Amino acid sequence: MGREGEVVAELARDFERENPGVHVRVQQIPWTAAHEKLLTAHVGGATPDIAQLGNTWVPEFVALDALERLDARIARSAVVQGSGYFPGIWATNVVNGGTFGIPWYVDTRVIFYRKDLLARAGYPVPPATWPEWRAAMEAIKKQVGKDRFAIFLPTNEWAQPVILGMQNGSPLLKDGARYAAFSDTSFRRAFEFYTALFRDGLAPVAGNNDVANVYQEFERGLFAMYITGPWNIGEFSRRLPASMRGKWATAPLPGPTGGASAVSMAGGSSLVVFDKSPHKAEAWKLVEFLSRPEQQVRFYALTGDLPARLESWRDSSLAGNEYARAFYDQLGRVLPMPQVPEWELIATKVFDYAERTIRGGVPPERALKGLDEEVNRILEKRRWMLARGTGKPAPRAD
Amino acid sequence: MSGRVGTVAGVTGAEVVNAPLPTVAAPARSGRRRLRDGGLENPRAALAFALPALALIAVFFFLPVAAAFLLSFTDFDIYAVSNFDNVRVVGFGNYAQLLKTPLFWTALKNTFYFVLVGGPLSLAVSLGAALLVNARTVRFKPFFRTVYFAPVVTTLVAVAIVWRYLYHPRYGLLNYVLGAFGVDPVNWLGDPRWAMPAIILMAVWKGFGYNMVIFIAGLQSIPDELYEAARIDGASATQQFRNVTLPMLWPTLLFVSVITMIGYFQLFAEPYVMTQGGPLKSTLSVVLYMYEEGFRWWRMGFAAAIAFVLFAIILLATLFQLWLKKRRGE
Repeated sequence: MGREGEVVAELARDFERENPGVHVRVQQIPWTAAHEKLLTAHVGGATPDIAQLGNTWVPEFVALDALERLDARIARSAVVQGSGYFPGIWATNVVNGGTFGIPWYVDTRVIFYRKDLLARAGYPVPPATWPEWRAAMEAIKKQVGKDRFAIFLPTNEWAQPVILGMQNGSPLLKDGARYAAFSDTSFRRAFEFYTALFRDGLAPVAGNNDVANVYQEFERGLFAMYITGPWNIGEFSRRLPASMRGKWATAPLPGPTGGASAVSMAGGSSLVVFDKSPHKAEAWKLVEFLSRPEQQVRFYALTGDLPARLESWRDSSLAGNEYARAFYDQLGRVLPMPQVPEWELIATKVFDYAERTIRGGVPPERALKGLDEEVNRILEKRRWMLARGTGKPAPRAD
Repeated sequence: MSGRVGTVAGVTGAEVVNAPLPTVAAPARSGRRRLRDGGLENPRAALAFALPALALIAVFFFLPVAAAFLLSFTDFDIYAVSNFDNVRVVGFGNYAQLLKTPLFWTALKNTFYFVLVGGPLSLAVSLGAALLVNARTVRFKPFFRTVYFAPVVTTLVAVAIVWRYLYHPRYGLLNYVLGAFGVDPVNWLGDPRWAMPAIILMAVWKGFGYNMVIFIAGLQSIPDELYEAARIDGASATQQFRNVTLPMLWPTLLFVSVITMIGYFQLFAEPYVMTQGGPLKSTLSVVLYMYEEGFRWWRMGFAAAIAFVLFAIILLATLFQLWLKKRRGE
């Protein structure tokens, strides 16, 4: 998918050379169309042998009985072992006790910040706890004035409020993901912390569409901090002018009390084998090939996607990248999203309701009550299926 | 789903409105009589000719519409894709739920806003442009016709990217020009109050050329003698417009207004590309809402219910316009 699709064709050629008789046909799909396309393929019985799957989609495809359970193959494998991966990332591929995907590359959120602006405000070292963070933002705001801001949190992204909630100990969903838990104190406190940043002018009330060019604005100092993902290491390095070198850095997210509370989300892509594939053995071989540390390093060099295997990070190209280090630290403290097919829909509802508070002035408590009601309605079908005993796919013997 | 609803309404709209165009009606009537005579002699042949088209329409139109209608009474969703046992028949549950969903009312309100403000505006701009391009004193008529028509055939995505820059709160041309008159910068696409006007402006700009061409055709079919007679009677330009142009253009105007209204009710691409329905759902249209429910979240049963509610609304609105026409005709 996306750029990965172009690159993997190159890796696949080497795989074919190693395995004469196996031919790999690569099909590229843009990310925006991938979900629809794979679902339709499943309905039409035309799924590929192997695919890259966003790891938040894994539970959904497991619920559809579309994926091959991989535990037995992992047990026999010399290449793929759960212990060789970031634990939080590996966990995203485990649904109801079965492993259905092998992490390929990882994604999480950290802070990209302007070293010079933070230092001028009295923070040569980025903040580690929420109170420090808030104080730092206020100090920056005082420095930069009315038209500039301390942090950019796009109002149309759900990751930021969800991560802050998880940091504060919210499970997001409760009772076996049967009901929403957004009105509970842990999430509500985080939600209040988040929405107050807009109310107090520390963050601009703007979505991604309102800021035409994030890189230019970062350079101009419209905001000093930005929570975003690994793809922006490459983008920031490429697009910021030479004069900006040394003026920006990345840092793990602060947490309510710092330390272990400073979690982020476990994102990324996994390699999966489809249940209906007639070439499961060969598909698994390709998974193993792409999971080799040296292939992961090569993949990183070609795409900038961060490898999921711990071993690959010892390679000099990664160990020497100062911007990747924050991601390595952060990846040691990541939590998966709730593993239910409805999660993607629920996630968009989170920013819908956050926007109501941020732009519409709805009090947080009322917004969260509305959010809970809507999410509970979305989960109604899931509750019905669990009650009927069909919600969990029966673990199949491999 | 949007396409399907569109065709339903499109077909009824076009058929009904095409009939009263006066210039076409007279020759068609005599032609039809002759055809009917032949048809009576050999009705089976006529049926044979019509059958392939009927079969195609049945398979690709009526069948899916019927299936979607049945779907709207179930909770067909992602779970049902894997196992059909997971479908529940919910009766009018989807419709009841829809009417209770604030987001649907928001989408409906936005859509009516777009139709009631954007529709008339689009008609006025098209008619104005047609009058200008058709004016006797204007030179290079084909050039202007082409220029005004160009946005219609331009890809919407390309247009949207350019307009996003025009609307940019800091560097946009629009705010730059307004700034010259001392107007404070407006966050066009980022402010819930301005996003819909911004979408309307773009949609009108993008679409007025199409109606303009139809209006030009209508204007050119008005006999010059009428204007001559009016001038001899001493009518001013405004009087000529009100008493000659408008009445003669009435059938065209009605056709264009019905087609425009039907099209505007199906607002989708502009907000989909420009704002994704935001900010604060201020540009979420009914079709965009239906698309998201159906194809993004796979809640097909619910999405089908939205489709049929929209169909009913468009049908009612079209009937209302035709009723208006009838009342005026009598």
